[in-house]
Amino acid sequence: MMTDAPKRTPLYDLHVELGGKMVDFAGWEMPVQYPMGIMGEHKQCREKAGLFDVSHMGQVILKGDDIAAKLETIAPSAFTTLKEGKARYTFFTNDAGGIMDDLIVSNAGDHFFVVVNASMRHQDIPHMAKHLDGVEVIEIFDRALVAVQGPVAEAVVGDLCPAARDMKFMETIVADIMGVECRLSRLGYTGEDGYEISIPEDKAVEITRALLAHEDCAPAGLGARDSLRLEAGLCLYGNDIDNDTTPVEAALTWAMQKRRREEGGFPGAARIQKELAEGAARKLVGIKPTGRAPARQGVEVQSPEGETIGMITSGGFGPTVGGPVAMGYVATEQATPGQAVNLIIRGKAQPAEIVALPFVTQNYKR
Amino acid sequence: MTTYYSEEHEWITVEGETATLGITQHAADQLGEIVFCEQKEVGDTFDKAEEIGVIESVKAASEIYAPLDGEVIEANPALEENPGALNESPEGEAWIYKIKLTDAAQLEDLMDLDGYKAFIG
Repeated sequence: MMTDAPKRTPLYDLHVELGGKMVDFAGWEMPVQYPMGIMGEHKQCREKAGLFDVSHMGQVILKGDDIAAKLETIAPSAFTTLKEGKARYTFFTNDAGGIMDDLIVSNAGDHFFVVVNASMRHQDIPHMAKHLDGVEVIEIFDRALVAVQGPVAEAVVGDLCPAARDMKFMETIVADIMGVECRLSRLGYTGEDGYEISIPEDKAVEITRALLAHEDCAPAGLGARDSLRLEAGLCLYGNDIDNDTTPVEAALTWAMQKRRREEGGFPGAARIQKELAEGAARKLVGIKPTGRAPARQGVEVQSPEGETIGMITSGGFGPTVGGPVAMGYVATEQATPGQAVNLIIRGKAQPAEIVALPFVTQNYKR
Repeated sequence: MTTYYSEEHEWITVEGETATLGITQHAADQLGEIVFCEQKEVGDTFDKAEEIGVIESVKAASEIYAPLDGEVIEANPALEENPGALNESPEGEAWIYKIKLTDAAQLEDLMDLDGYKAFIG
């Protein structure tokens, strides 16, 4: 798979036309930034609205009987109680309690709609096909996925699709945009209000242009997407969560509803339930460097006494925070907000502090 | 006063035995928005090709390599508070070091402006 030529989304030509700097990401040629720059695109999204092409993510339709109950055998969230028109963040766990991928599952009435990470499509589709007995797993290849994120997103999308205005966070609907049937979900990966819109590929450019025609909407690339999600304290699969991290360690137990925590019945339940009861040895936390040097993935975290207590899993410059921000795993006894730590950057100890996530207040339409 | 350029995209303006060193506009444009610059301290000596600092942009960290042997006699203090100046004026007020040259003959290995323009294409 990895040797294939990079794939292009239906919006590729538009990205190039808009001056997007194209890079290879998980086997896809995607814009990392536009002429506005990562910093400007980041602020655009926090203050107005940014538009992201996320068509590289895997869109999947599940059809069949008892999908919700079957999903509960491979993911630790509650789906049998997920109402029609609602979306839920979840993850597939492995037998050791690690996270195989994180994803969004929506109850679309006569089917379920699932969106998985671009880098994990090749794993997740066969995984679902194997374990969801009697369920048809249909990977969608003919629809773009466009995210409009920011405090003005409701106006941008609502102008083209009035029904979007009435949606709340984590709701999903099918609605007409410019004569085309689209799926809109009110969620995202920036910490801001916004939508992800699944659009038939032959209309994707036209609708994207119409969204961008709004004076407060501008295209944003993968660079801003990463700094936005980092400030919002949202995990990136492969960095902050992976097969070796559990939901308890990753502070994602909010995505496991009470019944599922108590009953188990998902892969790795033994370990996850043990950690729920007794705590995990390490915890994913926010880490705020005191100085200006960004601390990136792989930087060692030490106690003030010089003992290794963890590692940065995501880090960089937070444009809204106006300084470096990071996330990482730290030994639970040292993972309390306010705890002073040192980050070993290029061989030198730089002071930092454990902080509560997120770095910026999440701004969802509840 | 003559300005030389390195293949590592630095400029160095020589006045007698001292020189001012920085990164070129081309380098700054390639790096993207700069958010941090780590500098050596006054009195530090270095050899050609040695790492003499790090520039971090929103995207990544990039090392600065010495274009010749020398000693730091001043590190631009303005860059700590305002690293973004490296994007605005990398060949002007956002110089990185003033240095003392240890081996002026090494200047011959560097390019002039026309050479550098041809180098970056």
